[in-house]
Amino acid sequence: MAEVTAGRAGAAKTFKLGCPPLVLGCMAFIALILIVAAGADLIAPQHYTDQSLLDRLKPPAFLGGPARYLLGTDELGRDVLSRLIYGIRFSLVIAILGTTIGAVLGTFLGFLAAHARGLVEETIMMMVDVQAAIPFLIIALALLAFFGNSFTLFIIIMGLNGWETYARLTRGMVLSTAAQGYAVAVRSLGAKPLRLYGRHILPNIASALIVQFTLNFPSTILLETSLSFLGLGVQPPLTSLGQMLGAGRNYLILAWWIAVAPGVTIFLTTLSISIVGDWLRDRLDPTLRGR
Amino acid sequence: MNTRFLCIKLLRGILTVLLVMTFVFIVLRLSGDPVDALVGDEAPPDLAAYYRTLYGLDKPIWQQYLLYLRNIASGNLGVSYSDERDVVDVVLERVPKTLELGIAAFLGSLLIGIPLGVIAALNRNTAIDRFTMGFAVLGFSLPNFFLGILLILAFTMQFRLLPSSGTGSWQHMVMPVITLATAGAGSLARFARSSMLEVLSKSYMRTATAKGVPRLRRINWHALPNAAIPIVTILGFRLGDLIAGSVVTESVFAWPGVGRLLVVSVGTRDLAVVQAILIFVATTMVFANLAVDLLYGWLDPRIRVSGTDKDA
Repeated sequence: MAEVTAGRAGAAKTFKLGCPPLVLGCMAFIALILIVAAGADLIAPQHYTDQSLLDRLKPPAFLGGPARYLLGTDELGRDVLSRLIYGIRFSLVIAILGTTIGAVLGTFLGFLAAHARGLVEETIMMMVDVQAAIPFLIIALALLAFFGNSFTLFIIIMGLNGWETYARLTRGMVLSTAAQGYAVAVRSLGAKPLRLYGRHILPNIASALIVQFTLNFPSTILLETSLSFLGLGVQPPLTSLGQMLGAGRNYLILAWWIAVAPGVTIFLTTLSISIVGDWLRDRLDPTLRGR
Repeated sequence: MNTRFLCIKLLRGILTVLLVMTFVFIVLRLSGDPVDALVGDEAPPDLAAYYRTLYGLDKPIWQQYLLYLRNIASGNLGVSYSDERDVVDVVLERVPKTLELGIAAFLGSLLIGIPLGVIAALNRNTAIDRFTMGFAVLGFSLPNFFLGILLILAFTMQFRLLPSSGTGSWQHMVMPVITLATAGAGSLARFARSSMLEVLSKSYMRTATAKGVPRLRRINWHALPNAAIPIVTILGFRLGDLIAGSVVTESVFAWPGVGRLLVVSVGTRDLAVVQAILIFVATTMVFANLAVDLLYGWLDPRIRVSGTDKDA
């Protein structure tokens, strides 16, 4: 019993402090990744397609390789660090685009379902059920097979990932919020639906949607990296973290760093975002805890 | 078991599978004329017309749709482009390998994840709790493909203990199973912990303590069965992750299962195989969720009585 009380007091202390050191560290890492992605052109020592065939498969500088290749080179003599920096940029841009499309689409459909009710709602919720019933990676692979790989399709696929969670969340919250006093008041004052939803209900449910965004973001990164790893996502000469990792897999014996550098980056990025997302969720909306 | 509850669930499941088939039909029609792809642009028009009649593509779209559904119902899903074999055979012969891997990984994640979660809950806010949960978060954040590569680097390249690809002996299974089970073990551990913590705070646990039930009996007989109920629900979700995970894992370790078949077929655009796998996965998921619902009702009598209310 004493243990439990002590534990609770400890938890209360970290809460008062704002955020625990681990979350702070994760935020710092996310900031670093964002800066690297934004400033890739300035930071990267070389362009990601620059080759130097004389310097193929050189080990990282700290393992005795040439000092100008901090993380070594790949099978075409390209600087792994530079490719990593551009890979972070591409993976992040794709993930941000995808997550945003999914969030906007899902939130819109959620509002639509809650507003229209009836057949429209049934149809939307049925689509939600179907998408939830099949692992999205399988749907994504099927779409890639049916339409053939293209960058536009790839972004659309990223956008379709996770829209159903926003739709379900939004519909539920709009339905419960619309019944509350202030919403009823705004409506009886003669506000049009668009005004009611945009100006009054959306700001009230925004925090839950933002949390969902941060929780969905790592899964979009993982989807992109998984597909690119399988050779079905980002195609060379473009690069992304998953594509680097997939290509590096063939050189594990000769040059493990080609695969390990992007792998560690993916791992730390998704881990940091998940930790911050979890913390944000508990912080903003304690009722969602444990879901 | 409430029959109405069961019927609604069953109908919904069938509807889901039907919708997936419709989705495939629409997408396949949207993605271009299959005959053009088959005969090419240079082909004489009568050859294209011949294939159109052969495949029923000259009929109105709704008739094509019905024909498509009838074909699926009679188990006729077409032939693989690569070797002209019936896709049902092509897919089914890969299923045992995927099951082998999937079942081992599923059991592995249960046997590791649930005890870890329970131990963490019983030692709440101690070093043990933080260590186990840290491990769990690492486990489910580590992407499958990267964990697989790390294992290959360690056990194949460094220690030369295990084969990096293929199948045949128990050694071949070790790394794929670890890769596939780790994420599941991590998320199960977290879920088991929160579920157990909730049960431990219930008043019947206090009652049990008060009437002098020994600690071990309290945990095994009073807490665990109640904590198991929510855990069973997420086992249904786990299956989806397991299927998605096996696609990646089988590709990393060149494991000859359905997942690898799917990736290869997507690469070569062998649409009949992709379509068959999609329908196969959808059906499996629907039935698995139905099984979870049944299990759930059996475990928790409250749902057996009021299942329809909860569902509606």
